[in-house]
Amino acid sequence: MKANCWMGKHDVRVEQVPDPQILNQQDAIVKITSTAICGSDLHLYNGFVPTMESGDILGHEFMGEVVEIGREVKNLNIGDRVVVPFPIACGRCFSCQRELFSLCENSNPNAWMAEKLWGHSPAGLFGYSHLMGGYAGGQAEYARVPFADVGPIKVPEGLSDDQVLFLSDIFPTGYMGAEMCNIQSGDTIAIWGCGPVGQFAIKSAFLLGAERVIAIDRFGPRLKMAREKGRAETLNYEEVDVLETLKEMTGGRGPDACIDAVGLEAHTPSLVHAYDRAKQALMLETDRPIALRQAIMACRNGGTVSVIGVYGGFVDKFPMGSVMNRSLTIRTGQAHVQKYLRPLLERIQKGEIDPSFVITHHMRLDEAPEGFAIFLKKQDDCIKIVLKPH
Amino acid sequence: MSAQTQPNPWSQRQEPENNNAEQLANALGWFSVGLGLAEIAAPGTIAELIGVRDDDRTRALLRIYGARELTAGIGILARPQSPGWVWSRVAGDLLDLSALGSAFNSSRTNRTKASIAAAAVLGVTALDVYCAKQLSQVSENGEIETRKSVRVKKAMVIGRSPDEVYRFWHDFSNLPSFMKHLESVEVTGDRQSHWKARGPAGRTVEWDAEIVEDQPNSITWRSIPGSDVDNSGSVRFERATGGRGTLVTVELAYAPPAGVAGAAVAKLFRAEPAQQVEDSLRALKQVLETGEIAKSDASIHRGMHPAQPCLKAAAKAATA
Ligand SMILES: NC(=O)c1ccc[n+]([C@@H]2O[C@H](COP(=O)([O-])OP(=O)(O)OC[C@H]3O[C@@H](n4cnc5c(N)ncnc54)[C@H](O)[C@@H]3O)[C@@H](O)[C@H]2O)c1
Ligand SMILES: [Zn+2]
Ligand SMILES: [Zn+2]
Repeated sequence: MKANCWMGKHDVRVEQVPDPQILNQQDAIVKITSTAICGSDLHLYNGFVPTMESGDILGHEFMGEVVEIGREVKNLNIGDRVVVPFPIACGRCFSCQRELFSLCENSNPNAWMAEKLWGHSPAGLFGYSHLMGGYAGGQAEYARVPFADVGPIKVPEGLSDDQVLFLSDIFPTGYMGAEMCNIQSGDTIAIWGCGPVGQFAIKSAFLLGAERVIAIDRFGPRLKMAREKGRAETLNYEEVDVLETLKEMTGGRGPDACIDAVGLEAHTPSLVHAYDRAKQALMLETDRPIALRQAIMACRNGGTVSVIGVYGGFVDKFPMGSVMNRSLTIRTGQAHVQKYLRPLLERIQKGEIDPSFVITHHMRLDEAPEGFAIFLKKQDDCIKIVLKPH
Repeated sequence: MSAQTQPNPWSQRQEPENNNAEQLANALGWFSVGLGLAEIAAPGTIAELIGVRDDDRTRALLRIYGARELTAGIGILARPQSPGWVWSRVAGDLLDLSALGSAFNSSRTNRTKASIAAAAVLGVTALDVYCAKQLSQVSENGEIETRKSVRVKKAMVIGRSPDEVYRFWHDFSNLPSFMKHLESVEVTGDRQSHWKARGPAGRTVEWDAEIVEDQPNSITWRSIPGSDVDNSGSVRFERATGGRGTLVTVELAYAPPAGVAGAAVAKLFRAEPAQQVEDSLRALKQVLETGEIAKSDASIHRGMHPAQPCLKAAAKAATA
């Protein structure tokens, strides 16, 4: 089959590789009909996630048709149309029983690697480094899906791929980002990053009862989408002093909760960026926590900082004094996608949201390398790319 | 005969190469402490020395760096044989380098001095990287050879009742299903069993073992006296807190004899015995909680393999 492989920094190629096969009897093989490129893939593309190997198949947002199942698979049949969550979860361990699916204790065969770096290991993820299990990803014609009874959700008739594909990651991720803010009526939520994840965080904050949402980015088309599709107020951080403006907008108190939907490759026009960038360039998987620092400083006393942007290693100048002395709550995590599949599918069915609004590009799987290049630079007003393998 | 106990088998290191790394680590440790103290106590002098503008901001920054150096230095001196702290020095070096890098862009900086400072830090960075690598290498490859006996203790909570875990373990023929290095365990008598383990270069290492104690909450076994592989083990099954299943605690001891068999046995367990026991416990947890051991496209292969499917035959061989 054809698959988009990571060959090195800024080098992805669509190559011919063997077809996947059942390795565990709880596996299913899915013929992929739609798959997407995620901001998380850019961290791999830019070489910020350790333990990648040349030839790794990328992709963790995919859906398709079940074409083969292992003997132990009970809930799925050949021919079912499914969306696959990006974390791999057994459904039975301590974490899974508490619906912390991205922390499944039984799905990362390379847990020891993660333990060395982070102390304990999270779940295995599709197409996201060897540290996260060494699973082939879904930017391919076919994918093997472990624990097929637990993850994939069947798609009801009448919904298009574009409407449900993002249940695999970014819709639940944005939703969880907002949910972690514990939104009360009258709350103002500030969101750093108007990428696809930020866009879903904006929508979700309103769905969960926020009164105001303030979204921050620098790209015109993304800010426009946040205003027009998300009904958010927007700030261009290249034009205004974000902290000062947020203070003004909230009567000096600060937003009740702040969401970091940017992650470890944040950007800022100031010297701070050069400083953090230089440090990363010198070959450490050190993260650039620019948006996170700002989110912490901006948040109101006793508020919540919700971190869904991805971090990999260590950050410098983390304003812990601000967190501690002002009783802030920090909540984090790779999305526990399995937990949100059903409720969010219902919201789509009821017409409360149509996730396809973020899509700006449809491309063939063959064009993945070009897709990565334009998504990286946000060229051509790119916000979200969906790839078609067949 | 049970495995002999040594005070601290983990820190027995004899190779001279390794001593060098340790000495270097010590020196770097003192360097860190010195530099740290200087940065905290006399940031102005340091700023002058490295050629960056001496103002309140620089001084504050240097004091912060000083605190970081001091922490790293004390860490290294406390545990010179551990690479972790030396890596933290590497991280610190890079921070210095990048700060100096941004100093280059500032017009108020004396560039010659700053580049000398950068060169000096680069030199120290190289030393740090060398030292950290050296130490890591020793702990990855060197330990086993110099160790007389190996003792490992690991624990894990498994979401099954103590009785279930006990019964599964008690049937020793189940052990190879979660202990990767075992080929088979054949139950040969009421308390006796015959063990076969995969040795290096296709060699099989075999021994007989007997259960010396068998209780509902613990099992203890050891090799029959005179076996090639002198080893013993015990496992305890205790109710975990809050109905969370069973706390399984495993203790193993090996005393490899001299000679060829000894070397083979040492090789068997060279891949970090503690890690191996932990991997086994994790596999046991997976078997009992989910009925299978999770495999990925890369993990089914020995050594490195990209995360992509392989040909059918290769997968069959790898998962057999
Ligand atoms: N937690 C999860 O489960 C999960 C899931 C998916 C993605 N993510 C992470 O979410 C983040 C965003 O993903 P995405 O797909 O939207 O990526 P993206 O690259 O499209 O979007 C990131 C946006 O952040 C903006 N940005 C950069 N620096 C900023 C700053 N200082 N202030 C404000 N905005 C800034 C960029 O301009 C860009 O629009 C990534 O880190 C990704 O890895 C996390
Ligand atoms: Zn994603
Ligand atoms: Zn689980």
